[in-house]
Amino acid sequence: MKNTIAERIADFLKKFPPFNLLEKDDLKAISENVKVHYLDKGRHCFTENDERHDQFYFVKDGAVGLYKNDGDEESLVDICDEGDIFGLRPLITQENYQMSALANEESVLYGIPIQNFTAIAENEKKISNYLIASFASNTRNPVELEKGGKLFTEYKVERNPDLFELQTATYISNPICCSPETPVKDAALKMRNQKIGSIIVVNDQQVPLGVITNSDIRNKIATGDFSINTQASFIMSSPVITQPSGITIAQAQMIMVRHNIRHICITEDGTANTKLIGMLSEHDIMLSKANNPSVLIKGIKRAKSIKTLREIRLKIGVLLKAYIDQNIPLSHVLKIVSELNSLILDRAIELSVAEMPTSPPVKFAWIALGSQGRKEQLLPTDQDNALVFQNVADSNYEETKSYFLELAGIITKHLHTIGFEYCKADMMGSNPKWCNSLSIWKEQFSNWIAKPSQETILLSSIFFDFDLVYGDAQLVDELSKSIFKSLEKGDLFYSLMGRDALKSPSPLGFFRQFLVEHDGKNKDTFDIKSRAMMPLIDAARLLTLSQHVKNINNTALRFENLAVLEPQNAELYKSCAYAFKALLKFRTKQGILNNDSGRYIQLGKLSKEDRLKLKRCFKPIKDIQELLKVRFQLTHFL
Amino acid sequence: MEWPWNKSNKNELPQFWKEYLATFKESKDPLLSRTRIVVYDTETTGFDIKNDRILSIGAIAITSGVIDLSDSFEIYIEQEIFNEETVKIHGILKEGNYQKVAEEEAIERFIRYLGNAPLIAHHAVFDQRMINQALNRMGLEKLKNVIYDTGLLYKKTKHFISESIPEQSYTLDAIAKELNISMEDRHTAAGDAFITALVFLKTVTKLDPDKKLTVKRLNRSSLF
Repeated sequence: MKNTIAERIADFLKKFPPFNLLEKDDLKAISENVKVHYLDKGRHCFTENDERHDQFYFVKDGAVGLYKNDGDEESLVDICDEGDIFGLRPLITQENYQMSALANEESVLYGIPIQNFTAIAENEKKISNYLIASFASNTRNPVELEKGGKLFTEYKVERNPDLFELQTATYISNPICCSPETPVKDAALKMRNQKIGSIIVVNDQQVPLGVITNSDIRNKIATGDFSINTQASFIMSSPVITQPSGITIAQAQMIMVRHNIRHICITEDGTANTKLIGMLSEHDIMLSKANNPSVLIKGIKRAKSIKTLREIRLKIGVLLKAYIDQNIPLSHVLKIVSELNSLILDRAIELSVAEMPTSPPVKFAWIALGSQGRKEQLLPTDQDNALVFQNVADSNYEETKSYFLELAGIITKHLHTIGFEYCKADMMGSNPKWCNSLSIWKEQFSNWIAKPSQETILLSSIFFDFDLVYGDAQLVDELSKSIFKSLEKGDLFYSLMGRDALKSPSPLGFFRQFLVEHDGKNKDTFDIKSRAMMPLIDAARLLTLSQHVKNINNTALRFENLAVLEPQNAELYKSCAYAFKALLKFRTKQGILNNDSGRYIQLGKLSKEDRLKLKRCFKPIKDIQELLKVRFQLTHFL
Repeated sequence: MEWPWNKSNKNELPQFWKEYLATFKESKDPLLSRTRIVVYDTETTGFDIKNDRILSIGAIAITSGVIDLSDSFEIYIEQEIFNEETVKIHGILKEGNYQKVAEEEAIERFIRYLGNAPLIAHHAVFDQRMINQALNRMGLEKLKNVIYDTGLLYKKTKHFISESIPEQSYTLDAIAKELNISMEDRHTAAGDAFITALVFLKTVTKLDPDKKLTVKRLNRSSLF
């Protein structure tokens, strides 16, 4: 029998994961059994601890909030809107609902009967992968994530579908070596200084004889069996396993398992009779998989060159793409990516300091500004940064400043190499204007606040979102204290900042059309950054500063914090936080797709769904701008 | 056309009709929110009850407030009568690519599908008359089900001051637009039935927020 309605439901479902992964017939079978639910605003789909339903839910229209009861209050865990699914996990783990689902606005849901779905999903690896990813992301605490491990076995996941194992393994080409006569103590010192876990023992002709690892030192020296002056050749593990270059990852892994070793020496002809040309460790293989943040973190900490950091930065890009593809919630992704980014910066600065002929004369701090300072940077953009150093006597000022300018020059050059391009406006620590002592910075800020102008407002919009990257936290803390003090008499400053926050009106034009760029190379594209995100960023900053809230720089977190401080506006603030995250995700997706910063969106290339989603983010922008107008009495400014 | 049984002689009624009548024997008045309700729509050759004919029937059931795709009905009917004018609206051609059945078979299947479920249609009177007319051609009585009209139900939710088109009944397009329902497959019987079902759910949530109304009371309820 023809079933027009089911066909139409299938047409809709297939635009969204995991249904886009289904075969046509499977999708048809599912659609023919869908239950359509209508929930008025404020109605529950299910409540925490309810017995599980025989279906999970797909949001067709509207938005459903998932809430968890922590003791006394319900906290919002996630908002599902058009195309999202919820309520599936309990059906698989066979538990009662762990959260409540409440319609945040009037919603139409498609109930997908679990029995129709499981039959299909079990045979389809892509689907189980998607589900696992979305489960993993629904779990906010790591213990549960571990527990979730049973899902992996239940669903028989294939972890590396892209034949990763057949790629050639990259090895370390100049491994650290020592001679057979080297005392173990010296070998150990070498390992410590180089932050490595193993050292290769070679003869005069660079032919590998053996390897000493952390465990050799633990098992043979620390136990007292050998003295620390023993020659390396006495305690090394020998013979070594050798291979030629060009070995694949799969081969390397198998050899390691077979011989129960963690290191393979790469020699000229692959035998133990020729010169050592490299070393491949289990760690390097793990690192090249790039699918595990904790491995990346280790890699960053051990990185000895800027080039290595650059490679790791590229891997973070791969990781980010995988996260976005799997629809892992953005707050989760942001945390991981910004953590990795700041570790990279940290290590890059550490390496830069080591390049200086002398150590820094006084304490200093390297601060990130703009999106990096707000921890909202997923794709690398321009670097915006500054340097602040401890106050010194006037007589030493010039000398100190020139030291830090030189250091800043090295740092910015390295960051550029890693993938954070130079700031076109030269807003970087290497610019003498942005490399100052604490007292000069304080003076600068208090001038900006006392005598605000168009230019200082623009500067402060970047400088108020600063975050310590490297160095002395005390310096940064003092600076922000002094800023807040100056702000106490900064009414005019707030008004000007407010005016600035309103400079881009609602991104929709009179006919509910997107406002697009009219000239330049981005003609007819939609500038998501300045038209949609900046108004929210500016509003969050202004409201947070006027509430004297310190130490929250992230736009979404700022709004969430404001929602707590001003319960009467909580709903608006929450929707701003949500809209901002949605926009950031949107921009990141576009950036990954087009391999750019994602800032300019070609509307023609968006699906209707995406366009609607984007439009929905605009309503809070309009509302928050209204609020700013009233609160900071901006009407007479406009 | 002659049909071999006679209206007055109950013993000669076809089996499906006897079964249909039997479902009404118990005169209960259950809660609306727990009842199976059938939403339906017909596409016809025109608006003349006597001379025009049904081309297709689409229906879907709402059980306990949930539209159930697995409990849906869609059928296309062979007809001698054909009206070029209405093809533009419903798109059903005389020799279209649909599997079509005879009117009697379609009506029998539809009646079996209905049972005693309350019926919902938009501008229900017209569809009801078309079905009754077809039943009459088969020598059978009229439908016995409780019937709701989404046009009238929707009007109940509107205060007369806020009515956008007072004094008139609402078209399905107008209501769907006001209730924010996307209008895909408009003018196919099944598509219209589905839109009507969503209109009904949205309307009944307003009329029966606490889920206390019974089947018979809904038509008498009002928000104002």
